[in-house]
Formats: sequence, structure tokens, C-alpha cells
Amino acid sequence: MSNRHPEIVLPDADARRELRRRTRRDFLVGGIAGLAGIGAYEWITRAAQDNGTPWPQRNVLDLNGKISEAYLSHSHLMPSYGASQISPLKVNGDIGVDDDFDKKGWRLQVAVGETDPSLHLQMSDITSLPKVTMITRFCCIEGWSAIVSWGGARFSDFTRRYFPQGQKLPGYVAMVTPNEDYYVGLDMKSALHPQTLLAYERNGQPLEDAHGAPLRLVIPVKYGIKNIKRIGMVRYTDTRPDDYWAEEGYDWFAGL
Amino acid sequence: MQKLKLKHLVAIRWFHWINFPLLFLMIWSGILIYWAYPIYRLGPLVFFPKWFYSTFHIDHRLADGMALHFFFMWFFVVNGVAYIIYTLVSGEWRLLLPRSWSAFEDAWYVVLHDLHLRREIPAQEKYNAAQQISYTAIILMGVGSVLTGFAIYKPAQLAWLAAMFGGYPNARAIHFILTIGYVLFFVVHVMQVILAGWNNFRSMVIGYEAAQAEQSGNAPQRLAVAGEHE
Repeated sequence: MSNRHPEIVLPDADARRELRRRTRRDFLVGGIAGLAGIGAYEWITRAAQDNGTPWPQRNVLDLNGKISEAYLSHSHLMPSYGASQISPLKVNGDIGVDDDFDKKGWRLQVAVGETDPSLHLQMSDITSLPKVTMITRFCCIEGWSAIVSWGGARFSDFTRRYFPQGQKLPGYVAMVTPNEDYYVGLDMKSALHPQTLLAYERNGQPLEDAHGAPLRLVIPVKYGIKNIKRIGMVRYTDTRPDDYWAEEGYDWFAGL
Repeated sequence: MQKLKLKHLVAIRWFHWINFPLLFLMIWSGILIYWAYPIYRLGPLVFFPKWFYSTFHIDHRLADGMALHFFFMWFFVVNGVAYIIYTLVSGEWRLLLPRSWSAFEDAWYVVLHDLHLRREIPAQEKYNAAQQISYTAIILMGVGSVLTGFAIYKPAQLAWLAAMFGGYPNARAIHFILTIGYVLFFVVHVMQVILAGWNNFRSMVIGYEAAQAEQSGNAPQRLAVAGEHE
């Protein structure tokens, strides 16, 4: 494979022999390299599954997540839009919100660590926090997006008020629907992003049932799959929480 | 006398053949992702018809596609960046980059020539003007794919990048159009390689092309090494 000779001049028979020799050698090397590549691909795609993804790919997804988390900044914002740019938001999933549900009896459970919930908040405990409205792009992992106006309380404000004073904030937040059918895990940095809201309004109206009434998460720095509807419990935890779609082969971090 | 003439440097050959399966995998995993929201069309032409998805078992593999896409992207980017740096350091860029605006006129004549509509072909160095433009364009397209890719990968953290491409949906569309561009490039490229023949194709593997040595009185009898570089 050497490049040392820009030109090799030989009598015809020797030239043919030299060509044949190099062709044999380099096609052999190429063939071996090709087989090695196919072998690597087979390994990458057929290795033991880790949450619906072969583990080499899962490891790279997690590595990408780590890099994304390190780069994530509370000053990097999803762009906001004007009211005239608001677009329809389709109802894409009903996992966790497809059963009869007693909205009046709803309470938001708040737990710290692996203990039982220590707080049972009412809607007024959320609406009493500073209200934020924002018009941002909601990005579904499928590829579509919509521009939506949301109203609610910053999760960072919520944490400041309801997380026990003086205690060290853990690395993660888990959120679960009342029936526990849908659940998401969030890194604390994304959860405390200024655009992360516990939302109770969409387009200036109370949240519709299909969009997660009475209270849902809106986290523009994550794909829609993390924007859990009808939150039943918030848990601050140091162990990375289970995540519904991460168990189905998707990236756990799912950050934007 | 015959000569073996060095045509493609060994590093360039490796970059090329490593890029081929990587680009294929990026396109393949990209189609797995695209299936989940397949909105683009060209008049009556739909990307892609149902039979295409079912024949190649593309449907319902979004997670699979994303895991593959965000796995191989690193290798694709590293190989591409290494290629660009190598062409700059080795000086190969001088042969690859169109040298002046007249390259576009020359390229047109090359196309006419290749279509057998014109007898003469403009004077060229290693690559003709059409090749120079194609091989430069494909690199710029690669840069575009990486940038639009990052724009749709991180539209919040890299909001400025998404804005540069006209926003998130636009960046996705450009990312897709560039991919169609690779496929078109590939079709023309393979046709040209077939037409150019075995000697040319082999040179992309072994580096050397067989050529007739100029007849001169004192042709060397055994292996002789000519000047450092042409």
C-alpha cells in the first residue's frame, strides 16, 4: 500500500506481474477489512439487549447523553415565538391517562429519596407559585413539532418551595402518572432549566384532559416523550429513574 | 514498457472506503428515523412509497434508527474531518478544488463530452472540472449534513444553529434534501466508475493505474522510480 513510488516503469511482463501482485494483496487487505467491518456491525447490532437496544449502542446513547448534559446550560433556551405562530398540537399518546380518573381527588405527591411521599399538594399549591407563560416549540421524537403556548409554574420555583430546606438536591427527578403506567426520569439540570414548567394551561385555557390535565410537565429541552401528562408523583432521587420509552429502546436522556 | 502510475494516495483510499459503509449506515438509519414522520414529497413523488418500507422492513424502527444514527455519526464525522485535514496537509486539495470560475464552464463541457454530445474535452489535471466540482460539493454537503444534523439533534442547546438553517423544520428538510443529494451523487458516481473501467476502479483499491510508458531510448530495464511528485 505504499505510496513511495509515483511511477514504476517495468517491461510489460514484469509490469503485469507487479500489477497482479499488488491487486491480489490489496484486494485481500480490502476484503479482510470489509469482513472485519461486517463483523463489527453484527456485534454492534446483535449484542445482548440493554433496555431494547444492543448494549454497545446503549452505551453510546448514554455517552451522548452525558456529553449533552455537560453542554446543557440554563442560558441555552428553546426559541420563543409570537402568539400568531401558535400551531395545533396533536394528541399523540394516552399511556397513563387512558383510564377514569378522579380529577377532584387529585393530589400531587412529592417524595424525597426512596421514602413514601411527604407532601400531598393541591392545585392551589402549584398556582400560588409565580406563573410563567411561554410560547415554545414542542418537539416529538417522531420528528414533528408544534408551537404551543403554555402556562404554569417553573419546576425550579416548585423545587425551591417544596424540596426540604437545607437538604442536598439529588441528581434526578422521577415523575409518574397516578396509575403509574407512564413514568419519566429527568436529570436535575434539565429539570431546573428555566423553561421547564409544571403546566396547567395551554393557549390560555385550562389544560385539556387529553393534553394532561390537571398538571403536566412541559420541558422544551427534552423530546415530547419526557413531557409527561397528568403527573401524580414527583420524586427527587439519586438513582437514575426508570423511563417508559427508554425501556423501549430510546435514549434515556432524550435532550434537545 | 509499461508503467504503474500512482493515482490515489493510500490515506485517501482508506478514507473513501471507510466513508462508503458509514455513509450508507447513516442513510439507512436516517430512513428508519424518517419513517416516523415521512412528510416530504416532490410533486407526485412520495418519499417513500409503502412498498419501500415493507420490502426493507423499515417500519416501526425509530428507536433502532436513532440508536444507530447516533452511534455511527461519530465515526462518520471523524472520518470526514480526518479526510478534510489530510487533503489540506498533503496538498491534495489543490487537485480537488476547482481553481477558477471557468471550472463551471469546463464542467459543462465535460458533461456534454460524457453524454457524447461534444467531441473535445477541456484540458485537465488529475481531475476534470466536473469531478473537481462534484468532489468539492460532496464535502460541502457533508459539512451541511453534520451542521443540520446537530441543529435538529439539539435545537434548544444549539438554537443559533437551527436558526441559521431557518429553524427546526427547515433544518430537518435540508438534512433530508442533502441525503437525496448523496444518493444522486452515488448513482452518477457508480455509473462513471463503471464507464471508466477496471483499471480506474482498481486504482481506487491498489493506488496504481496501468499506463503505457513513453517510449524513450534509454528506458530503464528494471524498476525505476520517477520524480517525487508529478
